[in-house]
Amino acid sequence: MELRTTNICMKNFKSRLPDVTFYSRESEAACGPRGSVVGFSGSVSEKMLSGLHYPGCPEARLRSLREKLPCREVQAGTLLAIMGEPEQYCYPSIFIYGHRATGKSHVILTLLKELELPHAAVSCVECVSAGLLFEQTLLALFGADSAALLPRLPSLSDFVRVYRQVCAQQPAKQTRYIVLERAELLRDMEANLLPGLLRLQELVDDNVAVILLSEIVWDKFRPNTGCFEPLLLHFPDYTKAELLQILSLDSNPSYTPELYSSYINILLGVFYSVCRDLRELRHLAALNFSKFCEPLEKGEAKEGNTHKLWRNIEPHLKRAMQTVYLREVSSVQWGQQQMDEKEATALRGLSALAHVELPYYSKFLLIAAYLASYNPARTDRRFFVKHHGKMKKTSFLKKHEKTSNHLLGPKPFPLDRLLAIFYSVVDSRVAPTASVFSQISSLVTLQLLTQVGHDDQLDTPKYKCAVSLDFILAISRTVSFDIVRYLYDFI
Amino acid sequence: MGPFITHTKYPKKKNSEDKTSATRACVQRILRERFCHQRLPDRPVGLESQYKHLLELLRRTAVHGESNSVLIVGPRGAGKTMLLRCALRELLELQEVKQNVLQVHLSGLLQTDDRIALKEITRQLHLENVVGDKVFGSFAENLVFLLEALKRGDKSSSRPVFFILEEFDLFAHHKNQTLLYNLLDVSQSAQAPVAVVGLTCRLDVLELLEKRVKSRFSHRQIHLLSCMSFCQYLDAFRSELALPDDFPDSKFSQEWNLNVSELCEEKSVQEILQKHFNSCKDFRSLHLLLLLALTRVSVSNPTLRAVDILEASRMSSADSKANILHGLSVLELCLIIAMKHLNDIYEGEPFNFQMVHNEFKKFIQRKSHSIHNFEKPVVIKAFEHLLQLELIRPVDGGVCKVQREYQLMRLMLDHTQVMEALQRYPQCPTDVKQWAISAFG
Repeated sequence: MELRTTNICMKNFKSRLPDVTFYSRESEAACGPRGSVVGFSGSVSEKMLSGLHYPGCPEARLRSLREKLPCREVQAGTLLAIMGEPEQYCYPSIFIYGHRATGKSHVILTLLKELELPHAAVSCVECVSAGLLFEQTLLALFGADSAALLPRLPSLSDFVRVYRQVCAQQPAKQTRYIVLERAELLRDMEANLLPGLLRLQELVDDNVAVILLSEIVWDKFRPNTGCFEPLLLHFPDYTKAELLQILSLDSNPSYTPELYSSYINILLGVFYSVCRDLRELRHLAALNFSKFCEPLEKGEAKEGNTHKLWRNIEPHLKRAMQTVYLREVSSVQWGQQQMDEKEATALRGLSALAHVELPYYSKFLLIAAYLASYNPARTDRRFFVKHHGKMKKTSFLKKHEKTSNHLLGPKPFPLDRLLAIFYSVVDSRVAPTASVFSQISSLVTLQLLTQVGHDDQLDTPKYKCAVSLDFILAISRTVSFDIVRYLYDFI
Repeated sequence: MGPFITHTKYPKKKNSEDKTSATRACVQRILRERFCHQRLPDRPVGLESQYKHLLELLRRTAVHGESNSVLIVGPRGAGKTMLLRCALRELLELQEVKQNVLQVHLSGLLQTDDRIALKEITRQLHLENVVGDKVFGSFAENLVFLLEALKRGDKSSSRPVFFILEEFDLFAHHKNQTLLYNLLDVSQSAQAPVAVVGLTCRLDVLELLEKRVKSRFSHRQIHLLSCMSFCQYLDAFRSELALPDDFPDSKFSQEWNLNVSELCEEKSVQEILQKHFNSCKDFRSLHLLLLLALTRVSVSNPTLRAVDILEASRMSSADSKANILHGLSVLELCLIIAMKHLNDIYEGEPFNFQMVHNEFKKFIQRKSHSIHNFEKPVVIKAFEHLLQLELIRPVDGGVCKVQREYQLMRLMLDHTQVMEALQRYPQCPTDVKQWAISAFG
């Protein structure tokens, strides 16, 4: 009976085989990194059979699992093989790492849910203290009564004690799994938590396995005196073809899948070299699809006319990269902007401080602060004194590009220097009134200047200019001041 | 699990299939218990003298009422807990020991405080009722009370107690080392027969102890520094994979053991094991390797082959950082190459984002035709992604008084890692590769 079912399994698998490269030792150099995934050698049928195989599991369930985990069959198969049958022991701790949105949580949680294995899924972001982690684990594995047995502010010792107590009444017939997402946050909790969790199977003497999911490699987790080394499992990133396949699953039913595939191709063409995160790409795809279909709806182009569609959408996607991708603009604003059709209006992003309107003297104060931060003090005489006489050119020669102040960052300057530069830069005569000084304080509040040094230092407060070159160029353009002429790095 | 094996005179095909699947499940169960759950072997391998020493010590406490203290020191995975448990198992076979001796197991990972440790001792000695609501003046008083309560009926002598302290070095970090002081004090004075056994991975554990604690310690250490030769390692490999004699299907177990022996003779397997032996000799890493090889045994692949061992070895020794570098976008890879160039030119001095961006812009202007000139905020986002992956780290732990573009960082990869990652990067643009190889940006 079993041989027959595996034959059927093979046929089903073959019919659904996606157009994806399988890792094998021969083509390793072309597609896979060394040793990242268990490389299957041998015949193709063997690869497929070892893909998803679970004894005692009906074929229909395996098939639905494969559908839910596109492009992750190999990893799911490896995980299932390591987990083994429920009555057998699993390795005490498994560490799964990989980039964001490579399907780590998705695969493990889908497997555990579909195969109905007892598990507790806890995200370490939600666990501000270790007690929350223990409570959620006990709640998921044993129910609310056992979680109530924990004292206030439980330590790992209390957790192990309660676990042993409850486990004595309900011994494990199947392996229990504790899945911890964002496990890198465990390093910042108590020092004994991570080593304790890695050895939990030994400490509680029960058939339990702890699975840690993280984006950061294991080398950065290891405690100083060592610990129980977990089994490391890597979830590789999706290739471009796999991304195409997965993103095409979102296709809109009112259009053909080929149209959606061509749209995704264009999207990947713009964004693939910048971002490979599946979640971000899905978000961008969803936001921009209506704009893509605009010419079709207006009747300007047909589905086959990809060139026209491309020409329509490409500048739009480029603009999306500068705004929505950077979260400068919310998706709602982006959607509204598409409705407006006024393509000339530039979207106001969050960090575009250009819409901050400053009073006239404040602008000059800011310019003076920028000059004070990025020009060395010895050059002030040359720039700001009217008759500075001859200054040797050689003393200004830059020896090393690295010492360009624009690369090193702004330097702190005292208040006197700021005012000196300010009076020389402003074209009209300004009296040193309190209003000028209060404008300096308001610039600090706006975080355009930062105060350096102690708050108590009323005598000579020091400041640093915290704006970028583009911003200051925009400001100086509004007051018709050619700042580039006064910058040391640009002479 | 599958249906039970039924023996008929002419077994049908269905029954034999079920039988093989049941046998296979049995094999997996036995081997997994050995590799994952650290099932105790019959006798500790390669540690005969240490075993005898420990057993003798514990026996003297249990049978003759002598107080002792000993430290078992060895690197992680050397078999300290295994040795102790085997000794306890053998000792508990003696009837008088089983009836009299009490055991208290403490762990430095769990009992992080002396107060918690004392509560745990009370609990494990089943003396919660006896202690009740008493308030004690000091730790010492409490401990003495507990030990007094263990006196046997005729009040002439106390029951012997084994105090087993795992992660002994963590106990040395408690305040004043009260627990250690008191336990070792009891073991020196003639109050009650106790054996204090500490297990630790630190060779310098005695340096951690205070003078008064160290003077009460008997300075008896059992070192488990493995001096296994490669032949012994091969034998260990063979015996760990071998099925026990009491396996239900003896024909299958004989075939399996024969297959394992043949596997040991193969050149490729010996090379892999030599590589593992050179890096890590202990049993724990061997168990990990064997488990990974065992996971490849399935319906289609019923016996272990050399290629399984090879793949298991590859999986366990993969370079994590190289795997992460494989998944970076092209822009992020360019930033890493720019950082590598900065490290080469300025000999490892920390850099900030502006410098990296400057290098990147030089590359775009002079040498590149395939990389688009991305806007600065997009490049900042890529840089911050690298920061999140901890491939770069701020020098001073992220003091926020500095603007983020000017915060000094270091690259957590070295030259060879970057170059290797570049070799394996899928569809790497040629101008990027050329830029990486060129000496000066």
